[in-house]
Amino acid sequence: MREMMALTERPDVISLAGGLPDTSTFEPALYARLMSQVADGSTARALQYGPTEGMAAAVECIVEVMAAEDTVIDPASVIVTTGGQQVIDLVCKALIDPGDTIIAEAPTYPGAVPTFGAYQADVIQIEMDADGMPIDELESTLDRLAGEGRRPKFIYTIPNFQNPGGVTMSLPRRRRLVEVARERELLILEDNPYGLLRYEGTPLPTLYSLDAQTGGPPTQGASGDGISSDLVIYLGTFSKILSPGLRLGWAVAPRAVLEKLNLGKQGADLCSSPMTQLFVAAYFAERTPAGEPAWIEYVRRLRDLYRRRRDVMLDSLTEHFGGRASWTAPEGGLFIWATLDGVDTTDLMARSQGVAFVPGRSAYMDGHSGSHSMRLNFAGVPDEDIREGIRRIGKTMGGDTGLFSALTGATADPAGVKGKDAAATPDLAASEASASEKQAKRVRRHKA
Amino acid sequence: MSADKPAGAGVKGKGRRGGHLRVAGEPGPVAVLKGGGSLERTVSLRSGARAESACKRLGHRVVGIDVGPELVAELLECQPRVAFLALHGSDGEDGTVQGLLETIGIPYTGSGPGACMRCTDKSLAKYLMREANIPTPPFAAFKETAIKDLGIAAALPGLERSIGFPLVVKPARQGSALGVKFARSHEDLPAAIVGALSYDRAVVLERYIRGRDLAVSVLDSETPGESPIVLPVVEAIPREEEFYNYESRYEIGMTTFVCPADLPEGVTERAQDLALQTYRLLGCHGVARVDLMMEETTDELTVLETNVVPGLTATSLLPLAADAADIDFDALIARILASAFTR
Repeated sequence: MREMMALTERPDVISLAGGLPDTSTFEPALYARLMSQVADGSTARALQYGPTEGMAAAVECIVEVMAAEDTVIDPASVIVTTGGQQVIDLVCKALIDPGDTIIAEAPTYPGAVPTFGAYQADVIQIEMDADGMPIDELESTLDRLAGEGRRPKFIYTIPNFQNPGGVTMSLPRRRRLVEVARERELLILEDNPYGLLRYEGTPLPTLYSLDAQTGGPPTQGASGDGISSDLVIYLGTFSKILSPGLRLGWAVAPRAVLEKLNLGKQGADLCSSPMTQLFVAAYFAERTPAGEPAWIEYVRRLRDLYRRRRDVMLDSLTEHFGGRASWTAPEGGLFIWATLDGVDTTDLMARSQGVAFVPGRSAYMDGHSGSHSMRLNFAGVPDEDIREGIRRIGKTMGGDTGLFSALTGATADPAGVKGKDAAATPDLAASEASASEKQAKRVRRHKA
Repeated sequence: MSADKPAGAGVKGKGRRGGHLRVAGEPGPVAVLKGGGSLERTVSLRSGARAESACKRLGHRVVGIDVGPELVAELLECQPRVAFLALHGSDGEDGTVQGLLETIGIPYTGSGPGACMRCTDKSLAKYLMREANIPTPPFAAFKETAIKDLGIAAALPGLERSIGFPLVVKPARQGSALGVKFARSHEDLPAAIVGALSYDRAVVLERYIRGRDLAVSVLDSETPGESPIVLPVVEAIPREEEFYNYESRYEIGMTTFVCPADLPEGVTERAQDLALQTYRLLGCHGVARVDLMMEETTDELTVLETNVVPGLTATSLLPLAADAADIDFDALIARILASAFTR
């Protein structure tokens, strides 16, 4: 996989593989002014180490973003991190010993796969459907594990516009997930990088806020203040709403976990860059002529841009994949997850000239599930490149299908799977063929 | 490009960086060619970096070149005295770059264009081995056009019978394990063929030999005219012996390498002899790695393929084998470099 990803760096390749937002939309003059503001006004602080938990000025911004997510938090429960990715690493560092169990969605964030692997976690992936992780599947998995004397260290979920699946966990499932976690005293790692990038539909409450507000009787260590969750570790980031180049993310975590994350971060990098924390603080102080926070206005512009690009990609998929694949229609985020009829996407990528995507296998711990699926990024790619990229993939797929028919004498599609209606309801559960695969499966860690 | 122009012509005045310009009278640097645009780019960059370090330790001036559209311009600019090929994958192994270097008159390490073509095309190599009575697993090979234009599908049942299941479908020219498919039955075969054809326009269907994976590297002697040195046998032992996992057998971390391999009596000598025969048959020069299988019940050896630009990474088989023969990495690189001038 890594071999193929190296090819995406070539200039002639249209890459739909990245997890990129479009940073070219940030106004250069504003960037320059903010940087010099930090340089002039806070030279010594910007060049100095900062507190491990993050600078108060940056935490204030985080409180503001969380409020925009309709989630009230206690600033003391925040740790500023070097990107959201560091939260995943620090949580594993704090909680995972080799062989420990993590529950994740299937497919799951490809960037978490090597991290989980590095900590030698035993990851059990639960196949999602159009409403995200089915909680009844989760419960039966937990029952089965309990029977084996095993207890997951945490449940990893991306409830909004899941990466790579593009689906959103429904409100009833969110409520039920929090209940299950509470009943069984399990931690949840809620990864929410894209919550504010919603292009349609009603925003849903974060798991963090659901647990804080509606959680049952406080367990030991719970603050019981109505705003702090004692089960959910929330992961946030400035990467998608502002810039991944800043490398700034955060966790909001129960006190006991927070202490461990802090300890782990001291060992990892002492603190995240004060320079970029001060940049964020300066940016969050900006107001539009109408008096609105500039960052809110910027996120709105990103939403408009990404919504249009999503629609361009959905149209292109209908045109070029129609009848040979199914795909999700995300209400937000950066990605569409497409599943092809009987075509191995790793092979397809090797065959595709001048276009790259993330083959579905990277979203599975076992390295071979998801082989008919692909993750497509629309947010960081100009409209014309989206159209051309999807056209190129579609053309290559056509070649595969033709060969297959010539070998089998069949006129139907390769795997004997009925061609799905292109406009079919997104259903991730239908993306993998066999019923057994749909079930929560115990997936052994994959040595990469 | 500018093969007929004096060296250096055509690159002046283009604003290129001047750091590598040759000073009159000074011998040109060693150009380490690496990277490129093949699926083996990552491994090649690692091999190249290690070769560059070794060349520096050996006292050479070194220029690393990530092979791309500017290759010829860069070579003309730095005028290397020799090109060290650490370029795995298509252009670096199939003779393309070798032919180009001959055209512009730069000596280079490893095999010439003809040998590269014979080794890289697994079907050609296997036909040649069969004709020369070097044992290789039963096989069939065909191009994509045979499916589309010649109706080879009708011949598949016959092929299946003569080769037998399980069988391995390989892209004819693809150095890494990418695209190698495993077919247990008739039902698996069409998808395996189509999958392998994603990596090349031709495929080889080969009987799967259940047994032990062996690799034997051959290194030209430092003394011209002397027989090449055959290095100790390396065995690749997969950590999980499962059929469905065939493809991951070649992934880093899934395999343990042992050198010298602990083999039944006589097998080491036979493997080394077969490797040398293959090396000579295919016309290799400088260095090559020959991969073999030892069948698990009969100890019978068969040659699978020959790699003309073997990996030089910290976990690659050639350095491992050289080390077992008391040839350290720098000495290995020195020998390969020297072979550029004994062609």
